[in-house]
Amino acid sequence: MNSVAFVVITVLTLAAALAAATLSKLVHAALCFAAAFVGVAAFYFFLGAEFVGLVQVFIYVGAVAVLIVFTILLTRRDGDKECGFNWSGVVIAIAVFGGLLWAILKTPVFAVAAQPIAPLSVRQIGKLLMTDYVWPLQCAGLVLTAALIGALILAMEERR
Amino acid sequence: MNKILQCAASKPIPVLRNVAEPAFLPRDVSGFLDQIFVLAKERVMSLLVGAPPWLAQIVSSLLNIVAMLAVFLSLFALMSVFERKILARIQNRLGPNRVGPFGLLQPAADGIKMLIKEDIVPLRADKVVHFLAPILMAAIAILALGIIPYGRNMTPFAIDGGILFFFAIGSTTELSVFMAGWGSNNKFSMLGAMRAIAQMISYELPLIITVLPVVMVVGSLRPDAIVAAQSGYSLGVIPHWFVLNPWGAVAFLLFFVSGLVESNRTPFDVPEGESEIVAGHMTEYSGFKYATFFLAEYLGMFAISGLTVTLFLGGWHAPVSFLGFVPSWLWFFAKLGVLLFVFIWVRGTLPRTRVDQVMNFAWKFMLPMAFTCIVAAAVWHFAGRNLAGWLWSLGLLAVVYFGLSRVLETGKKFAPRIYRFAE
Repeated sequence: MNSVAFVVITVLTLAAALAAATLSKLVHAALCFAAAFVGVAAFYFFLGAEFVGLVQVFIYVGAVAVLIVFTILLTRRDGDKECGFNWSGVVIAIAVFGGLLWAILKTPVFAVAAQPIAPLSVRQIGKLLMTDYVWPLQCAGLVLTAALIGALILAMEERR
Repeated sequence: MNKILQCAASKPIPVLRNVAEPAFLPRDVSGFLDQIFVLAKERVMSLLVGAPPWLAQIVSSLLNIVAMLAVFLSLFALMSVFERKILARIQNRLGPNRVGPFGLLQPAADGIKMLIKEDIVPLRADKVVHFLAPILMAAIAILALGIIPYGRNMTPFAIDGGILFFFAIGSTTELSVFMAGWGSNNKFSMLGAMRAIAQMISYELPLIITVLPVVMVVGSLRPDAIVAAQSGYSLGVIPHWFVLNPWGAVAFLLFFVSGLVESNRTPFDVPEGESEIVAGHMTEYSGFKYATFFLAEYLGMFAISGLTVTLFLGGWHAPVSFLGFVPSWLWFFAKLGVLLFVFIWVRGTLPRTRVDQVMNFAWKFMLPMAFTCIVAAAVWHFAGRNLAGWLWSLGLLAVVYFGLSRVLETGKKFAPRIYRFAE
């Protein structure tokens, strides 16, 4: 059952990601990208990291995908006719892939079959965020607030 | 993953625990009626004792899904006819009264009509996206319904972060609205979708922030825990529902209004305002696809109302302790019915708001009030959850409310309207 679910999720996620990379219409690619995000969230669920999976859906599908779609809509006039082939993109992709591969190969092998750990409950995550990780949390909050105010100022300039 | 299943598979559920002392019915009958659906499912699952666990899991999930779909699709049918009846009553008409007794078979006639209508897809439409949008929207609404506790031991999909699941799934609606608008390749559809998404994003903020006080006070994101935290009665008659606290009452109102907006109901149905942009993102849909959108809207309404009942109105708990013998699921659906009636009532009474009014209201009034609810809940908690805390939080909310009213008072009354974008 578990391996069947694993294979199904993997195939769907990879197919969606591949479609996102190859489809010529940008909006289609963005929608497939959202589907790939859902697949990744399914993996988190599969691993017992329920909270991370939910946040993945919440932020990546609910916010990031909508943002991408809006960006495509508001910036491209000829969104339907994007099908040129970009060699610099290929170079960058290969470079990123090579870098990641190198990093993975350089990493010392850690035990894959480690002791099963109890999945963190939402309560534990909240406690940790409010005690051990309170500074990173506050910093993230500050950055987000600054971004929000910046966005507001950008939007207000239109009125002048 | 599936709590009910695990209980059913491993050990019999202690079904009759903490059923309030019944007044008229013998204890067993009341408890039996309360758990009748759980027991029925247990009976079905007992046929699968020797089966492999994955089969049992699939059967259990399917049973939950089928039950949910059956209940909510019939509720949808009922709601559509009752809505028309009530709207007719408000507008001094008779409403549907030709099909069946009192027009009760109207949904069946509507369904058949929708099925045999021509399905028109625009020539330049993006066929796949156009096709997938209504399906995705209905699927999201059904998924969101899964986490709500419909009665004692009756949560179809009981997960730890249930509330988060609801909003995570709910935030995907924007994508499906976009798909509908973009796939139709029509400017009215696109404008409607843009309006809908802007409105949804604006109101998602107060919607989620008004849930936070409840989550803070309960200390859990699990809907069952939230319902359990609202059990018990003061003096035997006053239930411990969150709506009876000042912060809870304000959060309830804000949540309900945001829910109205999120389900695109009439005072806030700007995205599909007929007089402005035909039918918004649904302009190019006909036949059963349109019906699916309609279905998704109603299912979303049920989900939001169900979550309101769970969060603020005590879930499946009886309003007074001596009515505890009535089955819990009956209480849940009674409360749901009241909220749905309010939805219809509001639709029949209020005119449509303007786009800028809707957005201003969200950002300038709803959001600050929602944040105040969090502070008020904290005050209530740290004052010891007693009468003093009750009064302190009431005072805080009142101060902020009147302060906001003063700040937002524009001073111009009945001035000629200024058109900023349409001259």
